[in-house]
Amino acid sequence: MLMDTILFYLFAALVLGGGILTITRRNAVHSAIFLILSLLGVAGLYLLQSAEFLFAVQIVLYVGGIMVLFLFVIMLVNLDQAAKEKQFNRQWTVALACAGLVGAEIFYFLAKGAGAFQLAKGTAEANTGMGNTERLADALFSQYLLPFEIASLLLLVAVVGSVVMAKKRI
Amino acid sequence: MHPITTAHYLGLSAALLLIGTVGVLTRRNIVIILMSIELILNAVNLNLIAFSKALQSVNGQIFAIFVITDAVAEAAVGLGILIALFRNKETVLADEIDLLKW
Repeated sequence: MLMDTILFYLFAALVLGGGILTITRRNAVHSAIFLILSLLGVAGLYLLQSAEFLFAVQIVLYVGGIMVLFLFVIMLVNLDQAAKEKQFNRQWTVALACAGLVGAEIFYFLAKGAGAFQLAKGTAEANTGMGNTERLADALFSQYLLPFEIASLLLLVAVVGSVVMAKKRI
Repeated sequence: MHPITTAHYLGLSAALLLIGTVGVLTRRNIVIILMSIELILNAVNLNLIAFSKALQSVNGQIFAIFVITDAVAEAAVGLGILIALFRNKETVLADEIDLLKW
């Protein structure tokens, strides 16, 4: 139990520190590196909550896939000029104030209603003796089959769309 | 030391969401705005996984998989748009792209 607490705070520090550094760095490559750190922290939190399959997906897909895509685009697009200019836009004070307000609201209600999260637990699903991946696959290919197929359609549209966007002449 | 509850995860997820929101609202570089959107989507996933654990149900994790799928599609299309934009306007700063602004 104590180990869980320590690990949670460690990963939370990784996530929040990486996130803050991502949005404050001038160089986009540094931002990408810190985003990887943050995403690894999120992966660790998945593991702490016994979502092992999503832990693997997070590392393979985010750290291995999306971030490489980001780094490729950073190398393709010339960012030297942008790094020399002002990094934050004119309305940053208003934006910070609004985000702070929303944050105060969220944390107020979270602190007030923290006791409400003692939810009913221990349904039959947990005691079937199946692993996390097995249970996920079971639900994904039976109950969620139609959304799964629609997601494949979405990915097809995204592939075609990004090729059309990035190609010089079709 | 208190044991870690669902509320801890929700607080962390809210903090990550706010960091992402601030990034989207204040940065000028489009690449970093797209990265901030990834942060926001990860905050959502943390929330879903926390409730999936609290309810001992696998449904939250399924939703997280769909959110990741959306994040991938969004990143691919967003970066495609960015490349097309850079080819035409020679800039990656969001407030210099004001073609539709009156």
